[in-house]
Amino acid sequence: MKKVIMGNHALSYGAMLARSQVIAAYPITPQTQVVELLSEMCADGTLNAKFIKVESEHSAMAACIGASAAGARTFTATSAQGLALMHEMLHWASGGRLPVVMGNINRAMAPGWTIWSDQNDSLSQRDTGWMQYYCASNQEVVDTVLQAFKVSETLAIPSMVILDAFSLSHTYEVVDLPEADKVDAYLPPFRPPFRVTPSDPRAFGGLTSPEHYMELRYKLQKDMEKAPALIEATGREFEKIFGRHLGLVDPYLCDDAEIVLVTSGTAGYTAHVAVDAMREAGYKVGNLRIKVFRPFPFEEVRRHTRAAKKIAVVDRNISYGHHGIFSQELKSAVYGHADCKPVFGFIAGLGGRDITPASFKEVVDYTIAHERSEEEIIWIGVKK
Amino acid sequence: MPKKRDTQKITFASAEDMPTMPMSLGSMLWNKTGSWRNIRPEIKLEDCIQCGICWKFCPDMSILIENEWPVVDYDFCKGCGICAEECPTKCIVMVEERK
Repeated sequence: MKKVIMGNHALSYGAMLARSQVIAAYPITPQTQVVELLSEMCADGTLNAKFIKVESEHSAMAACIGASAAGARTFTATSAQGLALMHEMLHWASGGRLPVVMGNINRAMAPGWTIWSDQNDSLSQRDTGWMQYYCASNQEVVDTVLQAFKVSETLAIPSMVILDAFSLSHTYEVVDLPEADKVDAYLPPFRPPFRVTPSDPRAFGGLTSPEHYMELRYKLQKDMEKAPALIEATGREFEKIFGRHLGLVDPYLCDDAEIVLVTSGTAGYTAHVAVDAMREAGYKVGNLRIKVFRPFPFEEVRRHTRAAKKIAVVDRNISYGHHGIFSQELKSAVYGHADCKPVFGFIAGLGGRDITPASFKEVVDYTIAHERSEEEIIWIGVKK
Repeated sequence: MPKKRDTQKITFASAEDMPTMPMSLGSMLWNKTGSWRNIRPEIKLEDCIQCGICWKFCPDMSILIENEWPVVDYDFCKGCGICAEECPTKCIVMVEERK
């Protein structure tokens, strides 16, 4: 069924169609409508789930962890300071191997107090052991929530489905909502091998000596390494049923491009439009939108940048004292390989400043004009 | 005295043999955190009024009630001193651990 919905409601519909059983959340702009609609669905019986109101995001994730350990399909959503407050509990979910799925609306971190978009909130959680999907359309949001549950529950690793504040969260688009029976066929009920139950008492997350801890981490990494192939496989399966492919990356005209732009989130869609305009003007550019950031899609990134002479990464985030984070990660994927090429690192759009087709034109012009980047970071649109 | 516990250590030969979740690794049965203790509670039972406050307040469940009297489980007591602080008759005293 086609419906015009906002990005936040795309998360709600995804969680509803996945038949989430427990939702625990605390409201925060720009995430509020996600859980507002879910609470209405729980109240009017559209969704048969327990909606737990909590006093903080730390408690929201703690409640999700308890519910997931008890064997319930569990969903929450947050943003920025709320995600930061969850930080400790994020480790408990991933280390506990609990497949919670969470929506995160990318909002810049305060201070200065802000509600507008950038990726520093979710990228600050890079090393917590959660999978991260950066979405670029409301359709992709609904579809990815379903895929994220499937991948998470197969590997026992939690997932974040991430969308930009306002440019996606509050933007209305036509979304083809998957039919419930087809979703049920794609995503069977969550049946973990072990769960908290009085009939089979076990201790979860207890004191773990140096004798066992390292093996637990090794197992988490090994399962994370299985995720890229599983995301591709479940993406193809999704395409067979619903006609839309869900991949690790979204390449556009990369095969013959001399410069490949590397982007994420809604800026990745803007880049797509910018590439069309630049192609018409004779520039040989392509766009590689990275959708899945954890696990990092090493193979796909190398494949789609193989033909390029230069790579221009546009980051809506920063690791202070280093680079934009996607730019660091790009280098870690391509450097040390035979066909290694210069990576230019641009930073744009922090705190919700617009990233426009003109921003990408500026990025491409700089990249053409220089053999290699003359600065560690090339700033786009900053009033120096 | 505390009941005898099964202190058999559970070990896994390889990561493959372990559960995916950090679950039931059996560690608390043999990992006697009492060895972390620097001071130990000693109960003078002649002043004890059997109120159960020490049992209720112990964060490590290391005060056991046996035949209606409190007994310290030194295998797991870390020596935090909360029982001594809370005891209304001050019949629990913390003494230097002799190692």
